[in-house]
Amino acid sequence: MTDLYQSQRAMRNMRRAAMQRGVIAILDVGSSKIACLILRFDGAAKLREVDGVGPMAGQSSFRVIGAATTRSRGVNFGEITVMNETERAIRTAVQAAQKMANVRVDHVIACFSGAEPRSYGLAGEWDLQDSVVTEQDVARVLSACDVPDIGSGREVLHAQPVNFALDHRSGLGDPRGQIGNRLACDMHMLSVDASVVQNLLYCIKRCDLELAGIASSAYVSGISSLVEDEQELGAACIDMGGGTTGVSVFMKKHMIFADSVRMGGDHVTSDISKGLSVPLAVAERIKTKHGGVQATGMDDRDMIETGGDSGDWEKDRRQVSRTELIGIMRPRVEEILEEARARLDAAGFEHLPSQQIVLTGGASQIPGLDGLAARILGQRVRLGRPLRVQGLPQAVTGPAFSSAVGLCLFAAHPQDEWWDFDIPAERYPARSLKRALKWFKDNW
Amino acid sequence: MQPLIAPPRLVATRAVASKAAPAPARAEAKAEAPRRDPAPSRAAYRWHRLWLTPLFRTLMRVGLPAFVIVMGLGLYLGNADRRAALTGHFTDLRAALEQRPEFMVSLMSIDGATPALADAIRKVAAVPLPKSSFDIDLLALRDRIATLDAVATADVRVKSGGVLQIRITERVPAVVLRKPDALELLDASGHRVALVLARADRPDLPLLAGDGAAKAVPEALQIIAAAGPLVPRLRGLVRMGDRRWDIVLDRDQRILLPATDPVKALERILALDKAENLLARDILTVDLRLQERPVLRLAPNALREMRRANGIETVESSL
Repeated sequence: MTDLYQSQRAMRNMRRAAMQRGVIAILDVGSSKIACLILRFDGAAKLREVDGVGPMAGQSSFRVIGAATTRSRGVNFGEITVMNETERAIRTAVQAAQKMANVRVDHVIACFSGAEPRSYGLAGEWDLQDSVVTEQDVARVLSACDVPDIGSGREVLHAQPVNFALDHRSGLGDPRGQIGNRLACDMHMLSVDASVVQNLLYCIKRCDLELAGIASSAYVSGISSLVEDEQELGAACIDMGGGTTGVSVFMKKHMIFADSVRMGGDHVTSDISKGLSVPLAVAERIKTKHGGVQATGMDDRDMIETGGDSGDWEKDRRQVSRTELIGIMRPRVEEILEEARARLDAAGFEHLPSQQIVLTGGASQIPGLDGLAARILGQRVRLGRPLRVQGLPQAVTGPAFSSAVGLCLFAAHPQDEWWDFDIPAERYPARSLKRALKWFKDNW
Repeated sequence: MQPLIAPPRLVATRAVASKAAPAPARAEAKAEAPRRDPAPSRAAYRWHRLWLTPLFRTLMRVGLPAFVIVMGLGLYLGNADRRAALTGHFTDLRAALEQRPEFMVSLMSIDGATPALADAIRKVAAVPLPKSSFDIDLLALRDRIATLDAVATADVRVKSGGVLQIRITERVPAVVLRKPDALELLDASGHRVALVLARADRPDLPLLAGDGAAKAVPEALQIIAAAGPLVPRLRGLVRMGDRRWDIVLDRDQRILLPATDPVKALERILALDKAENLLARDILTVDLRLQERPVLRLAPNALREMRRANGIETVESSL
């Protein structure tokens, strides 16, 4: 745990260095595509007046100067399975983006969707020595949170203070300087599979890049596709990607829950491929061109040429009706949405004051999905596109890029994490005594 | 089996038949040429990143060419023989260009000079012709020619057709200056023009003498111009004490002019002469050095006669 604390702190320092240099790359490692954006930070840091405690709150304005997308290779369910292939795909994307931006980037912030994220809500309490809350007190209350057993081989990806309470006043964003006796905090912690992070780290290192931050794609796509009041009042973002479907719940501008369903658009494609016995590429084309989930009377007459290159005339001239296609796609989409619903139910989403659900991600572009989703997820469903960001090319403004855009916002305006605060002073003595002894030994 | 409205079977069979033959070949081709990997190789990726590094970029785009040029030149010119060959080549080239017939000067023409002066100029100029116009230093040539006394101004130019034209303005002798050892001709400004052997060579010019006469030639010319009716009697002007002029007339008469305003004094004596016929009398000198007190010195005979006429008995003396 301390190890991770150190490495996350190192990443933060790296990010600060990158911000000073002014150029940073954003890498969205997805199952169907790898997107790379290059940001240039310009202008002085504008301090946002939103709640934030730590030193990273409110960074600066930025502009996208390079963007590139490439087909993902060697990534399944948002996890890297073939390292060489993924490394090559990352290289392709990074090089193309660098070429467009005409600058060299050394620091990269990455996000990924897989690795079985698990959410934990932690709570900690701390009796204040003097009645005024200082930054030390915030650090202490964060470190006072009792950490559950997250299992072996798992790492903490996010640990964000969600809420502070001072005596009986809850819902404080920034408790510093306030007067009270007892400081309590709620923290949201997201743990992921460590080996997946290791693989990603390795791939990025192989590309001569330095990792300056890492995030869960469910979280960052929520940042970019939920509008401000949704983030404030409570909403869920369902990011339907290629290999996984990320679910994140936001409340009071903080993520309070994240999970992922290991199913996505690629499964729909493979269903079509199996059902119509066509190659995957053809299935993908048919899905994007003719796909849908709401059958109408017109669809029976809408015949789709499947094509083929087998040499068998009968096979190459096959036609399927759109109804058949919808009949293949719909159960799988329903399954994905039901699974997402189950995750939301498990998280207690129905207790939130506002139950807005936003569908985003590449698979959310299926026509008629909002109607289907409304049946399964409730009436308050909308399709979300990422926030508009300065300098973003038209080609990457679609919902498939909501996690990449969200990562930009995450890079520019990071939320406080546990590791942004200094280690409480009382943890020091053992080490500093050791250090003092060592100094004595070295010098006398 | 086949519905009637279906496209004719023939097409399909032909397609199948045509595909049947080249199918193995195509399969082989597929095996030989797999789809190109769009990903850059590790080396290409690194090179691209290196190329985007600003320092490296400037180094390669400015530093490297500059280094190559300097290094190449240094290596080439490090050898003394090569350097000599290079300079020799350039001098040869230059000489070849200069020796072209277009630039050769083969003729010297001297305008506005007497034949004797032209000979002297040729001697002084000492330009062996034919010569390239690049090798002729016209300024030095002009200065050399200007050292000749008889030359007032020299205008030297190379004209087309390979002619070196020297246009001379000669000094015009205005007076003859008698020096203790020689007779010289001077122009109006007092510059020496030439030697003359005898006064009789230039009887048309007035004669000057005395120390510093050459420096005061303009004044002397003014005096001579003002001396209109005296000119037939004028023998010359003598500079006295490098300060003032004496007019020497025939019969050894002298008019002593003041240092300042000699012309005015001369006009006064001319008026006196006209009125009183002064200079025709037996007078040795007219002294006008003090303006308010002109003094006449009579010849001894005239003095004696005047004293006798006035009834003054004197001891016989020259005074």
